[in-house]
Amino acid sequence: MMPIWLALAKVLLAFVVGLGVVVLLVWFERKIVSDLQNRIGPNRAGPFGILQTVADGLKLFFKEQITPSRVERFVFELAPFLAVVPALMLFLVVPIARPIEITLDGAPYLLSFAALDINVGLLFALAMSSIAVYAIVLAGWSSGSKYPLIGGVRGSAQAISYEAAMGLSMVAVVMWVTTLPGVTDMGAMSVNEIVLRQQGTFFPDLLALSWIPQWNLIPQFPAFVIFMIAIFAETNRAPFDLVEAEQEIVAGFNTEYSGMRFAMFFLAEYLNMFTMSALAVSLFLGGWGGPFLDTIDGWAATALSFGYFLFKTGLVLFLFVWVRATLPRFRYDQLMQLGWKRLIPTALLWLILTTLVVSFREFGAPWA
Amino acid sequence: MSEQQDLFTAVANMWKGFRVTFRQMRKPRVTTQYPKEFREKPQRFHGRHVLNRYDDGMEKCIGCELCAGVCPAKCIYVRGADNPIDDPVSPGERYGYVYEINMLRCIFCALCVEACPTEAITMTHLFEMSTTNRQDAIYTKDELLVQPDGTPNHMFDEDHLADFGELAAADGWMRATSPQGRADFSGVPGWTPSAGVGLRPAEQGQSGTEPEGEDA
Repeated sequence: MMPIWLALAKVLLAFVVGLGVVVLLVWFERKIVSDLQNRIGPNRAGPFGILQTVADGLKLFFKEQITPSRVERFVFELAPFLAVVPALMLFLVVPIARPIEITLDGAPYLLSFAALDINVGLLFALAMSSIAVYAIVLAGWSSGSKYPLIGGVRGSAQAISYEAAMGLSMVAVVMWVTTLPGVTDMGAMSVNEIVLRQQGTFFPDLLALSWIPQWNLIPQFPAFVIFMIAIFAETNRAPFDLVEAEQEIVAGFNTEYSGMRFAMFFLAEYLNMFTMSALAVSLFLGGWGGPFLDTIDGWAATALSFGYFLFKTGLVLFLFVWVRATLPRFRYDQLMQLGWKRLIPTALLWLILTTLVVSFREFGAPWA
Repeated sequence: MSEQQDLFTAVANMWKGFRVTFRQMRKPRVTTQYPKEFREKPQRFHGRHVLNRYDDGMEKCIGCELCAGVCPAKCIYVRGADNPIDDPVSPGERYGYVYEINMLRCIFCALCVEACPTEAITMTHLFEMSTTNRQDAIYTKDELLVQPDGTPNHMFDEDHLADFGELAAADGWMRATSPQGRADFSGVPGWTPSAGVGLRPAEQGQSGTEPEGEDA
């Protein structure tokens, strides 16, 4: 039974890491997008512009929060929180470093670094991202004007459609990980568990191929592709950012928001981006695993694993930014068509295929 | 079958697009860090106006109000006054007594430069004209007139945008015979030697001066 102070410490750590990374992430995105566009990004606030996000946050903090007269007051004020809270809670299930053995009240205890290490972690993550849809549609509707309404409705429809594909690809991964050869206990919906089962290599006996890590990327590559496309759509990022495209619908569902409320939406978007990348890394790229982790022990290994996690998440985030700088925006009907007519059937097919392979492995050939 | 082909070519094309953006990271950035670095302006850039002087320090403006007449934005206000006999300001009978340009109305078309008969008003490369109120944007004669050595006003020490050499060389004829009043023009003037612009271009061989040298 985990003592309350430990739980609080883990939550605080997750909070600090999440928000700290978001501040850096905004800077990272602006700098990388400008590098890809042949220009220098922000370089005035702090060295290399690192404090730009802080400056933006302070500016938004001091701006007046204008509430138009035609809004539904309660919902209008609720929506930013409805965006941020699920985003923060999503991050709680992601393990950010290797579990470490500590003694607690005299007994050894495996401290995992997912603040919320429950055995249905993945389901919880899906649930939280579903709640985040409410924020978009409620923000759009309660603003009382047409562009936010259009943006909100489109955004929620987009999120719902791609959630199905995301969930289906996650199911394939869970099935695969549950029935890995040599694994006896069931129940691999805990993200921590999924990461743990990706440690090691595929062919430890063959010298030539023993370096290939046992990441889900390789056996579940189509699920990886589907998941990546789905998380681009879930986080309303390019090329699926029609919802908040300035050229088209002003700012979509957050048109009428100003000051700190807008900062909440902004924060939620980048936090979602980071969390989804962290989930992708945990599900497919081996989470906090990496070379030399089994040779060192204790807190040094934990710190190294945190470094690996940050590095891999950084790579996925670079992909997010690279895609934003490169691809043009999808039209809304193209977006919906992609989600329903291409991604979901592909995900279902892959799920069926995975099921066949897994049951073959579990129960042997049906003709045997 | 062809659907499959399209998917592959689509992915291949997408990859090519990604490579293009990625390659930009290795190229130099095109941003100019403004207060510390300046971009070189084109030669005929329409910047801020200045009222020029001759070599001996006399003002070129004769207060004829042609610039105010031609200005499409009606931003120039000129009033001429007779030159005091013993202390003439400009060679000629009158000089520009009041001369104001409202920079907020100016559209920087340089018609005033074309209209001026003595090439008194020309445009420099200066463009930093921010003010905090409307009154300050009305440039008076003191601000527009160059100093006796040819330096425009409102310069700061490391201003890269004014060509001091050109502005100081206040030779009337050189300025009058060059397009937009550039002092370093060298070539055959296009019209007969009389004051003003807007005359018919000279016919072949009619030009009154010897050719200076090579064409600019």
